[in-house]
Amino acid sequence: MNATVDLAPIVALVGNPNCGKTALFNTLTGSRQKVANYPGVTVEKKLGRLTTPGGRAIQLLDLPGTYSLRARSPDEEITRDAVLGKLANETPPDLIVCVGDSSNLRLALRLVLELKHVGRPVMLALNMMDIAKKRGIEIDMAKLSAELGVPVVSSVAVRRGGTESLLAELDRRLSDLPKATAADWQAPDAGALRGAQREADRVLRATVRMPAAPDVTTSRADKILLHPVAGIIILLAILFVMFQAVFAWAKPVMDIIQASFDWLGATVATAPLPELLRSFLKDGVIAGVGSVIVFLPQIVILFFFILLLEDLGYMARAAFLMDKIMGGAGLHGRAFIPLLSSFACAIPGIMATRVIDDRRDRLTTILVAPLMTCSARIPVYTLIISAFIPDREVWGFVGLQGLVMFGLYAAGILGALSVSFVMKRLFWRSTVGEPFMLELPDYKIPQAKSLAMGIFARAMAFLKRAGTTILSMMILIWVLASFPEAPDGATGPAIGYSFAAMLGHLLEPVMAPLGFNWQINVALIPGLAAREVAVGALGTIYSINGGDEAAQQIGQALAHQWSLATALALLAWYIFAPQCASTLAVIRRETGGWKWMWITFGYMLTLAYIAALIVYQVAAALGAG
Amino acid sequence: MSDTFTLALGNARVGFRGRIDALDMTRAPDAGLPAPELERRLLELGFVEGATVELLHQGLFGGDPIAVRVAATTIALRRREAMAIMVSPS
Repeated sequence: MNATVDLAPIVALVGNPNCGKTALFNTLTGSRQKVANYPGVTVEKKLGRLTTPGGRAIQLLDLPGTYSLRARSPDEEITRDAVLGKLANETPPDLIVCVGDSSNLRLALRLVLELKHVGRPVMLALNMMDIAKKRGIEIDMAKLSAELGVPVVSSVAVRRGGTESLLAELDRRLSDLPKATAADWQAPDAGALRGAQREADRVLRATVRMPAAPDVTTSRADKILLHPVAGIIILLAILFVMFQAVFAWAKPVMDIIQASFDWLGATVATAPLPELLRSFLKDGVIAGVGSVIVFLPQIVILFFFILLLEDLGYMARAAFLMDKIMGGAGLHGRAFIPLLSSFACAIPGIMATRVIDDRRDRLTTILVAPLMTCSARIPVYTLIISAFIPDREVWGFVGLQGLVMFGLYAAGILGALSVSFVMKRLFWRSTVGEPFMLELPDYKIPQAKSLAMGIFARAMAFLKRAGTTILSMMILIWVLASFPEAPDGATGPAIGYSFAAMLGHLLEPVMAPLGFNWQINVALIPGLAAREVAVGALGTIYSINGGDEAAQQIGQALAHQWSLATALALLAWYIFAPQCASTLAVIRRETGGWKWMWITFGYMLTLAYIAALIVYQVAAALGAG
Repeated sequence: MSDTFTLALGNARVGFRGRIDALDMTRAPDAGLPAPELERRLLELGFVEGATVELLHQGLFGGDPIAVRVAATTIALRRREAMAIMVSPS
């Protein structure tokens, strides 16, 4: 058979949230999957390829978790439209595999009954069968299949050979696929849902025997983790450890990466190359890309925690604990996960808002997500703090530098809460928000492989960005900073004659009240592409400017060139400034238009200008200018 | 009807165990959704007449939200919406 890629039958995985669908998808397709640049855990539509033991090529589609095809969020709409074959340029699936958590089948069975109406062949995979067996749950699969009228197989996503029966059934089904029948699915009303759930409950009673003693692991853990007081303290402790890890654990690896790029730069500096090429490689490419890649360890650690907590089943609990607190600021409890992700990067955070059903709640979250201190701000903060804030202890035990860093994070969070509060009260004047309804899944031991694949996908997305967008911006800055070259007999530094200087000087009247000199203005322009680029840009500007200033000594260079007031103003600017084109692009895409993108850009720019203005003027008045 | 024992899940205390008697949207006038939509969402999460419920946990402020065990699933929701779920203790 010469089946080409496009002709391979499409099998769609559909299931409730937390049914282990994504782990199953990862096991079945391994590395042969196409994921978007920034996949949220269950937010992106993912397509993978696999070959069955019978030699059949299959395209496997992983769809966002849902309780019903009656879509209520953009996330669930994707699932509905894909299943019903309504997505433009997408062929409807040839076979639907409904994935159910074997130890929690009640809602899955109702979904199967609903899926039978879409006119495509359906089968049920009883996932996480190992856990169910361990708990003493007995499932009569033959009877279940007869009652539901669809084939039923078991699967254990995490064990070798655990998907054999599923693969064998896929082979059998696809070799003799029944014709798709006309879909008679329509959004069920309350009566239909009630009837279907009763039928599902009847089937469940007839086919599944629950053990006399229920599983107590989750309820015992929740007694502590969901305790009104202890739960919140533990959540804060987890967040504290997480951010501590991002800074402390990443340090050794970051030092190694930094040292490697320094070595590379030094090697190039002494290489027998034309002066211009040498400058391009050393100051443009190596210093620029190196200053960004050095943050990879922090991003990996942050995503490790986020994915680990998600896989453990803790994230839903965090949303539960935070619901009331966030509700006070006009945010939905479900916004907690997107906002937490935004500490790594606003892009996956904004994409994760698709799980919020209500459009207003979702827009509020999207608008404030960029105020969360993303990892791209870390390089800028670290650079300025290490250059300007003395490394000493206050109150005997707290590092001043760490305290300033904490303050910057806190300012971002407070900014986000204030903006959402104002939006909710002033713009939408709504007091009653979307209900908070969320399943709290049983705790599960995360699977190392699935976790590793998730982190890998995100690390690659970051590196790809560093290798494309950021590299091209670094080259652009280098060009701007190097041409036109200084005329013969020029006395000042060469960069003073470049395009970069002209741009920087052009912006000077506007930025002078903030204490920003033209070098900062120049760095802010490419910083629009990605915040961290500003660090590399400053390195490029100052190292070219200073001649023999090495890029790794940017900090020292800055300490000589800037006043403390300027440095503090730049920090204030960076808390709020919309300095990330990719985030703005994602906002445009996720909100379906330019309007909200410009609103975000406008309000953030205004806040940034005001904050930097106040900080500079106050600091200067206090004598730090 | 054993009306004497029926109460709204939204008014129940932690530790309450019982069974769902009825879904009555008129009891949850403050819910964040129109009645038909609220009813469908509750049904989709398994709140069906006859199902067993247990109120497991509640939040720090105002005892909200609550975590409810419905059959074998745990659902978090706010008391405002849980007012629509009429239950009687078992």
